Formats: sequence, C-alpha cells, structure tokens
Amino acid sequence: MSENGATERGTWTVKTGLAQMLKGGVIMDVVSPEHARIAEEAGACAVMALERVPADIRRDGGVARMSDPEIIVRITEAVSIPVMAKARIGHFVEADILQALGVDYIDESEVLTPADEAHHIDKRAFTVPFVCGCRDLGEALRRIAEGAAMIRTKGEAGTGDIVEAVRHMRAVQGEIRRLCSLSPDELPAAARDLRAPLELVERVRAEGRLPVVNFAAGGVATPADAALMMRLGADGVFVGSGIFKAENPPAVASAIVESVTHYGDAELLARVSRGLGPAMRGQSVASLPEGEALAARGW
Amino acid sequence: MTVGVLALQGGFREHAAMLARLGRASVEVRGPEALDGLEALIIPGGESTTIARLIPRYGLREPLRDFCAGGRPVWGTCAGAILLAREVDALDRPGLAAMDIAVARNAFGRQVDSFEAGVELAGVGGGPFRAIFIRAPRIASAGKGVEALGRLADGSIVAARQGALLATAFHPELGDDPRLHEYFLSLGGVNARPAIG
Repeated sequence: MSENGATERGTWTVKTGLAQMLKGGVIMDVVSPEHARIAEEAGACAVMALERVPADIRRDGGVARMSDPEIIVRITEAVSIPVMAKARIGHFVEADILQALGVDYIDESEVLTPADEAHHIDKRAFTVPFVCGCRDLGEALRRIAEGAAMIRTKGEAGTGDIVEAVRHMRAVQGEIRRLCSLSPDELPAAARDLRAPLELVERVRAEGRLPVVNFAAGGVATPADAALMMRLGADGVFVGSGIFKAENPPAVASAIVESVTHYGDAELLARVSRGLGPAMRGQSVASLPEGEALAARGW
Repeated sequence: MTVGVLALQGGFREHAAMLARLGRASVEVRGPEALDGLEALIIPGGESTTIARLIPRYGLREPLRDFCAGGRPVWGTCAGAILLAREVDALDRPGLAAMDIAVARNAFGRQVDSFEAGVELAGVGGGPFRAIFIRAPRIASAGKGVEALGRLADGSIVAARQGALLATAFHPELGDDPRLHEYFLSLGGVNARPAIG
C-alpha cells in the first residue's frame, strides 16, 4: 500500500485478496460454457477454463498448451464467477495472452507441458494474479517469491487418486509446524535446506502459516476426498477431472461444494455422499509408468 | 456478547481476526442455530452466487432476514453487501433483500481491474480509509432511509448505512485498519472496546 489517496491496480493485497475470497470454496475444471454453467449452478466459487480436463490430457499425450482463447472467452461470457486459465510453466507469453483475455487468475501449471525447464514466469510483472502448484513448503515459498499470490498442492492431476495431494499437503503443513519449533538463529539453515528466501521463511515462522491462500488440487474425486483435504488444512479445493468424469456431474459438483463448507460435519458428509453414482474410474498413482508423474514438472 | 460471521464460503477468517484484534469474540455461522444469542452479524466477502445457493440449502434465508429486521447490527462486505441489497443486477438467486439499496455486481470489471483507493467515510475519523476493491460491486442507488457513507472520486457509492445495517463494496478485513470494524461495533450501541472478560 502506498500513500492513501491513489488508486492502484494489481497490488499484492488485491492479488492475494481474490484468493482469500475464494476460500472455503471449490474451483472446478470446465471445458465448455455448458460445463461452466453446471459448475456455477452447483455453487463453484470459480472455474478453470480448459480445452481438456487433466484425465484427457494424460490419455491423449502429446504437447499440452494454453487453451484456445475462443474457449476461454466463451466460458468467461457464460458465467459471472471468476474464471481461471492455465499457462505452461515458464511460458510468459501465454500468460500475457491470458491477461489480455481478462481471465481472473492464471494457473502456471505442471498439467501443461513445461515451456522452460529452468525458469518459472516472473509473476510480479503481471497485473493478473497467479496460482502455482507445490509439493512441499520450499517449492511453495519459491513460487511465492516469484510472485504467486495463491498456492495449491500439485497432487497428481487426472488420476482421481488423492494420495499425492495428501502427501503434498502434509509436507507443507508439517514443515510449517517444524519451522515454528525452531529458534531464530536456526532459520538461515532452514531456509538453505528449503531452498527458499530467508525473509519468507521468517514470515512463515512468525505467522505459523503460508503468507498466501493454499488450496488442495490433484486427485480429488469425491466429497470425502475434498473434506479430507480441508481437514488436513487446505483453504479450499480444486476439482479437475473428478466432476465431469463422474457419472452424474451436477450431483457430484454440488456434493463437493457442500463437503467443503461443512468438512467437519460427518453426518452432512454422509448425506451428500449418498447416491452420487460411480465416481471417475481413475488410475492409481502407484501404477503410473515411470516419467508420467505430472507433479515432477517444475522445481 | 458475541459477533457472528457467516462462514459458508469466503473471507470469514479475516473478519474474525480483525474482531479478535479488537478484543471481540466471534463465532462461525453455518446454520440457523448459530444465530441464537448473537449481538451482531457480519456477512463476509466471497462468491455471491456460491453463498446465495448455500443460504437456502441450510435453511438460513428466513432466519437471516429476521436477524436483519431485528435491529441488531449486520454488515455485508462485497458479496455480503450484494446479499443484503433489495435489488441486485445479475444475481440468479434471491438474496436477503434486507437493505434499501440496489447493487451492481462486478461493476468495476474483472480481476485485472480490481484496485485499492483512499475513501473518505462519514462517521469514521482519522483520514481516508485505504479500501480494497476485488471484482467489487457498486451501490447503484440508495433509498430514502439510507445514508451514503463513502464514495469514490467518480461518485460511486461504496459504503452505506441504514439504521444498524451496513454495506461496503470493499474489504476492510483485508487491510490493517480496524476503524470500520470499530464503527460497525458501535452501531448497535455496542462498546467497541469492552473490558476483557
């Protein structure tokens, strides 16, 4: 915040603030205006506009890029909730294009084929805010240092297997608890081990939490999965393939929204989980062929 | 002597933190039973379409309307202001229609147009309030019993009060300035700085 009168766009507070308003909500992957309307109707707090959901990206192979702007624009016109879209890791021109399209948040995503194996996008240079994936606290803090205003677990997108999202969320929360037990003179070594800036490490220790909102993503397929991630400390949940690969997408979408609001209420979870039909079939992460884990992309 | 914060979705934690700074206990409201015995209520920012769907799902619409009509202070920030309004453009569910204001959603554009600005607020001393606007609504018109408390340079009303009902298009809970929370607590004749305990 600078002097009090001036009007400023794209400030850190404005970028992180939108993520704070998404908390306790569900962000759903959609590939068409029809999907987007189903998501909005079910109570999604935002949608991720894509050409293909991660399960199809995984199945199809090839190079996965930013979606066709035509699809993004049509989805943007179909709903009044915030619209996110994905750019490839390091592909700052895709990010430029997404910002020009007016998307509300950019996901610099390992689900797409990385464009740069060494450098992530300099997210501070943009007016639009970014969300990035992480597997542990160090990775989260490296992305925040680059300007990410929101963090999510990477999980393992498109599998419907929650195990990696759980691993990543437990890693982040456990490492935060560990930092909080250290004395101030131990923080420089902790920052070195985390490969993260000392200033951010000190801030996490002082506040006992990440300086930005942290959602769960990558493998959420059922209301119970979503509530599990909330119980583990997620601020909200991304659901990718889990909704539109299920047999009854509107019912699953609505049930996951309720499970995130009332994640601590087992009776409600039991009620909303009934009669949803088969969840997405999925693929266990343990059965993935070597080199097919999307979460290994980025550093 | 407790303030409720509607906790269906959105920025409820930030309001609770600001209230705690002021020495004020708060409870998260997810169902009608949690409204019993509250002295005031905050409806936070978040996604108004999401919250508008969840309110009737848990039988909260009539209890919330009764609470608003009962004279106790109720404050809606951003999505909360949208839900309080008598009239809203582009919201496909009824809100609470508790306050005589008409509100336009996303009136300043998409996230790239979100901004912060200094706003002078009537009744809040100490200079302009640094207000955070995120995909914010605008109070397009206000009825006779409504006082416009703050406007942007272009004349847009962004804060208004009708009796003990308060609506702000921006997010005082995201900044570091507790003056609006103090002002809100004073609306019901509630002492904003109670003795501890």
